Amino acid sequence: MAEVEETLKRIQSQKGVQGIIVVNSEGIPIKTTLDNSSTVQYAGLIHQLVLKARSTIRDIDPQNDLLFLRVRSKKNEIMIAPDKDYFLIVIQNPSA
Amino acid sequence: MEIVHVDTKLRREFGPPALFSDRIEELLLDLHPDPSLAAQFIQKTHRDQAVQACRQMSEHQINTERFQSNSCGLNHVEGGWPKDINPNEMEQTIRFRKKVEKDDGYINSILQLGSVMEHRIKQNNSIDIYQQYFDEEEEVEEIQEPPSAKTINVFRDPNELKRTITGLSWHPDGGRKLAAAYSCLEFQKTSRNTSLDSYIWDIENPNHPEVTLKPASLLVCLDYNPKDSHTLVGGCYNGQIAYWDTRKGSQPVEYSSMEHSHRDPVYKIIWLQSKTGTDAFSASTDGQILWWDVRKLSEPTERLVLDPSREGNLDRALGAISLEFEATMPTKFMVGTEQGLVVSCNRKAKTPAEKIVCTYDGHHGPIYALQRNPFFPKNFLTVGDWTARIWSEDIKESSIMWSKYQMSYLMDACWSPVRPSIFFTVKMDGMLDIWDILFKQSDPTLSLKVCDKPLYSLRVQDNGRLVACGSQSGEATLLEICSGLSTLQKNEKSLVAAMFERETKREKILEARQREIRLKERSRSEQSKDDETGREDDEEDSEQLIAKVESDFYSLVEAEFRRRQRREETPQVRR
Repeated sequence: MAEVEETLKRIQSQKGVQGIIVVNSEGIPIKTTLDNSSTVQYAGLIHQLVLKARSTIRDIDPQNDLLFLRVRSKKNEIMIAPDKDYFLIVIQNPSA
Repeated sequence: MEIVHVDTKLRREFGPPALFSDRIEELLLDLHPDPSLAAQFIQKTHRDQAVQACRQMSEHQINTERFQSNSCGLNHVEGGWPKDINPNEMEQTIRFRKKVEKDDGYINSILQLGSVMEHRIKQNNSIDIYQQYFDEEEEVEEIQEPPSAKTINVFRDPNELKRTITGLSWHPDGGRKLAAAYSCLEFQKTSRNTSLDSYIWDIENPNHPEVTLKPASLLVCLDYNPKDSHTLVGGCYNGQIAYWDTRKGSQPVEYSSMEHSHRDPVYKIIWLQSKTGTDAFSASTDGQILWWDVRKLSEPTERLVLDPSREGNLDRALGAISLEFEATMPTKFMVGTEQGLVVSCNRKAKTPAEKIVCTYDGHHGPIYALQRNPFFPKNFLTVGDWTARIWSEDIKESSIMWSKYQMSYLMDACWSPVRPSIFFTVKMDGMLDIWDILFKQSDPTLSLKVCDKPLYSLRVQDNGRLVACGSQSGEATLLEICSGLSTLQKNEKSLVAAMFERETKREKILEARQREIRLKERSRSEQSKDDETGREDDEEDSEQLIAKVESDFYSLVEAEFRRRQRREETPQVRR
């Protein structure tokens, strides 16, 4: 439990990190550092994106699986690390 | 019980036996079809009709009832909460969250994901993998397409008796029109029926010339006034100069007077740069260069006799075939002669003797074309006999660069106005050659067969893309050069400048060496002459020998030194 906190705190302290969200497989945000409305929005939208990405990879090659997803936009980068039951979303602005 | 029906007939009631016999046939009725009735019927086309013995079936199409479907996005507001938890209740959600956080799987998962994520974050922080590389570099290497040129239009002489196109001139504004001078330069080949007309063509319309120019005698050359695009000046076969204004019609506005004109066909006429914009000068094989003011063509304003001995003697004058004038150097001009010499003249000289500055001897035959490089006016191109030569003004002994002896006579040449390293030549076998001296000096970069007849004249339009060449059969062909040959490349000017300099230097060194050898020869012959005019042999011999050995030694050392210097210098030029 404490390690989880520590890990998340460490990530938060990295340069440019704007927010972290942990979402479970049903799309419920478990842990977040952003405000509720943004969290809910991110969780819902990204959940669908990850499912789509994962299914794409597996459709092309069933032996393959999605490891990591980066979505680079003009203002920042959204990084998503998917797992079996949860995913970790970090929003970072590397130049800031 | 069976019911039986019996028919009986007595024998005597049968009648006589039937006796059959043959009889010749008899035509009772022959009914022919009445052809007049056939007119009442329309003959139908034969038709193939397939017949099949099967059940009759039919085809129908039906449409189902329209099903309206609508695409819309669904915002996942708050999802996936298990049934018993009300998402709006803070307490319940917090409780749920806390429960999840205690889950083992969650902890492991987060730890693992966290490390992965941290690695990526650090990556992002260290390098921006999305930065724009190579922002400043525009397309680095253009794909080198092979050089090409294609014919756009062919303008044919509308007359029956075809004449050669001996002169071409582009319209100065934008080059939408091409003026062509038609004449027959072969001695006494013109028949009575040969039309005297020359034409101005609009390049879009090859069927019909836009303007017809009607001189009194065949036009050998013509030139558009660069300042006033409506006026042209032309030189005739009988030596007169004619001045046209296209707004005033086909007849020339004025002719020069017969007494004061040339005595031979006027081979070249060019407009000059002057404040009034009405000066032109002309050259002819009678050895004279005449300056004219087109407002008063009765008499030339100035006259120059091309006598190499500078005495103004018309009998010894060289016949002029081509003229060269560059607007940037208004006082100097050059004349190409029939004898193969290029004479460089200065208009502003005080005495006629000083007008002829120097001569360049290089060709075996008449110099048909002469033009300065528009980017490097010190270098000029001459074409005559079977070669094309590039000269530098400073080197008078020989040309600095020359082409191989070609298979047929070169008739005309000009530099490309946009690229300093490209020039065009036309030959008697109907070929147009495009030379790029930066690419290849030994052969033309592109050789095109324009037509089967010899090509006599060539002009490039000012934008460098369109080239017009005129043939012996009166056809003017308009070609478009590919963009690779008509766009200025990077560093081209400096490379061409370096090349010209290098060649000039080489010639200079060779010239110096030649001079040296000549001097030595002269001094040696003088010395030997002195010998014979009575001096004691032995002593003088040994003294002479020593002197000779000394001079030889010194000259060898100097030659070696100079050779080393040249070797040092040429790599510098190349850099």
